Amino acid sequence: MTIDHPVALAPADRAVRLLGGDLTEKALRLHLDGLAGVDAVGLEARAADLATRSIKTSSKAWALDTIIRTCDLTTLEGADTPGKVRSLVAKAVMPDPSDPSCPRVAAVCVYGDMVPYAVEALGAHHGDPEKGLVSVAAVATAFPSGRASLAIKLADTREAVAAGADEIDMVIDRGAFLSGRYGLVFDQIVAVKEACRRADGSYAHLKVILETGELQTYDNVRRASWLAILAGADFIKTSTGKVSPAATLPVTLLMLEVIRDWHRLTGETIGMKPAGGIRASKDAVRYLVTVAETVGEQWLTPHLWRFGASSLVNDVLLQRQKMTTGHYSGPDYVTVD
Amino acid sequence: MSFLEYAPAPESTAILNLRETYGLFIDGEFVDGRGEPFATISPATEKRIAEVATANAADVDRAVAAARRAYDRTWSTMSGADRGKYLFRIARLIQERSRELAVAESLDNGKPIKETRDVDIPLVAAWFFYYAGWADKLEYAGLGANPRALGVAAQVIPWNFPLLMLAWKIAPALAAGNTVVLKPAETTPLTALLFAEICQQADLPAGVVNIITGAGETGRALVSHDDVDKVAFTGSTPVGREIARAAAGTGKKLTLELGGKGANIVFEDAAMDQAVEGIVSGIFFNQGHVCCAGSRLLVQENVHDEVVDRLKTRLSTLRLGDPLDKNTDIGAINSREQLDRIRALSDIGEQEGGDRWTAACEIPSSGYWFAPTIFTNVSTSHRIARDEIFGPVLSVLTFRTPEEAVAKANNTPYGLSAGIWTEKASRMLALADRLRVGVVWANTFNKFDPASPFGGYKESGYGREGGRHGLAAYLEASGWQPPAASAGASTRSVRGRSAQKTRKAVSK
Repeated sequence: MTIDHPVALAPADRAVRLLGGDLTEKALRLHLDGLAGVDAVGLEARAADLATRSIKTSSKAWALDTIIRTCDLTTLEGADTPGKVRSLVAKAVMPDPSDPSCPRVAAVCVYGDMVPYAVEALGAHHGDPEKGLVSVAAVATAFPSGRASLAIKLADTREAVAAGADEIDMVIDRGAFLSGRYGLVFDQIVAVKEACRRADGSYAHLKVILETGELQTYDNVRRASWLAILAGADFIKTSTGKVSPAATLPVTLLMLEVIRDWHRLTGETIGMKPAGGIRASKDAVRYLVTVAETVGEQWLTPHLWRFGASSLVNDVLLQRQKMTTGHYSGPDYVTVD
Repeated sequence: MSFLEYAPAPESTAILNLRETYGLFIDGEFVDGRGEPFATISPATEKRIAEVATANAADVDRAVAAARRAYDRTWSTMSGADRGKYLFRIARLIQERSRELAVAESLDNGKPIKETRDVDIPLVAAWFFYYAGWADKLEYAGLGANPRALGVAAQVIPWNFPLLMLAWKIAPALAAGNTVVLKPAETTPLTALLFAEICQQADLPAGVVNIITGAGETGRALVSHDDVDKVAFTGSTPVGREIARAAAGTGKKLTLELGGKGANIVFEDAAMDQAVEGIVSGIFFNQGHVCCAGSRLLVQENVHDEVVDRLKTRLSTLRLGDPLDKNTDIGAINSREQLDRIRALSDIGEQEGGDRWTAACEIPSSGYWFAPTIFTNVSTSHRIARDEIFGPVLSVLTFRTPEEAVAKANNTPYGLSAGIWTEKASRMLALADRLRVGVVWANTFNKFDPASPFGGYKESGYGREGGRHGLAAYLEASGWQPPAASAGASTRSVRGRSAQKTRKAVSK
């Protein structure tokens, strides 16, 4: 691949620290291309091995609560309405009306134009999930395809932040990534991060969606993870949920390995969010095991770990009820949202 | 509470229906042994599981005679297709009873249930399925038309993979038309005795499989018995030598699968996270009780610190404890004797200047345990780089160039296995050609398949097990030529019958 004249990239603290002050696309490319490869067979074997952990009794109870506490309850439909969002928020605040001890979810995740309704519906419950409150996450940057001009992506982001979104779930430009324009992808993430800045100087949390189903190879996923972290991502996220395959255990394991390596290198903690396709408690527990055994169980907190899911919570509630009552109920004993 | 202290998830032993005492399995039934019976214990708790008979020389005689009778009267005259049916039946029964066998194996051997459940027992079934398919296709074994069975095979197996080693021995022997007398290791006889029950369940003709228990003396009597045509042994190199001496000049065919000191070679460009996994499964799988274990890690010097650092982090997540807990990664050491040997060699490693690092884990109060251990700063002259430790102990050495990697990997009296970790396929293939070992794994380790021949160079033994080569080890060429003029559909049955006649004529 030919390299154009060195193009200076937008300043990003992490990248400058790692790659040097005169941050160029060439330096970025050399770094990403120099990463160790991923052996697909070995990665999948390790994920399969982690999936054999048997989580029972007290460990299972803790795991089920943790899944709820770290869930981004999501609705991302063309048919979303204020009513639908209010219903989702009610569920987020009280997932199981039959059991007040059930924890709240971490956040509701909606399209940008639905943020005002979510904020309004949450009212006093709106806030930091580490304090038992519920955040509002908005997808932005021409989600899910990301095929729009940068100006539109930034406007999309600013509007959601201004409306009260605590977290922005952006998509990377996969087309640019796959055609080798790493600098473009990088610059856009840096710009979106800047658009997350609020009037008071604080930032909405930025989750960067790689859409791993479109990147296809594990080597690409590893490069894109590094790229997103270097550009300033607070979280890296697997998928939009609109492309199949969405989150898989091997892809999540691989991204967690990058997060672990970044932590080893810099001491900084980056969050991880698998999204899409995780519907059963049993699968979700496997993700928790993978987190705990890869980056450590201190990651299993809403500031560093999220599930992006719409139907997962109800399955977890059924399992949770089973653990308390000793028998399985049915879908009519959990609420539709 | 800590999530990583997963709540206990024990596999139930309720599925086991063990007897108090086990006799010898001779001529299709359990009979008393005439030697002094012994107890088999669980190495994780040191509790007695059952009492097992010892076969003395007279019992060995009786077992070999039963095998000879079964060979002459039944097994050698049966069609290959019918032999195959019995083997398929055994394979299916193993699958049906897989959970029971997995629990019994973990109990008796000390290895984690997740390994017996996910590795040992599925491979046992696979081995019988694979060789069942060969039983009526012996003319493709590479020995020409109508190869002959050898007769009675004496088989002595080790304690590290008790039932799997039984399958490696019995499945090809039976497919080829031999009958067998097998002796399991004295610390792990349990699953072989359950296998005897499976032979009964499968209605296998009496005497085709005989299982005798006992210690070294029993094994010695078996392999040196005059009426044995073939000896197959897996175990230590000293015992292998003794057997080779005893078999010399007797005309017995011999295959030996002995020790190893496998090199796991990691290059700077390896897929690092997967290489670390491979190092772990190379030496800590089955507590390192693996003859083909990657017990020497040869790592390129410029990535040594990073690899060792990552390895230590990974080893800290391994869970040592109750073999029957589904989350256990490292089980118990099989015997007091083996534990003493691992401890002694590790102490020597320290005295010779190796830097010892042991994963922090709680050691249960009873039973035999050894925490995963790494030695860095090891050089090729150290005993821990030369002697087979047969335990969860890894010696880390460095190399600078591919040339040096090959030289160091080959610099051992053994030659069983090696691993290569690199993303560069050309280097991988070039290196594999130059390693003097029976198995080279590339970007993986400790993978087994019944279709793949397995065996050693140099002091790791001779002969191959698995695949067509493993079958050929139980056959000899008949020298029989098909009639030049014969043609058409009738040829096949004529050929089958004449082959049987030839076999009968040769058998004693």
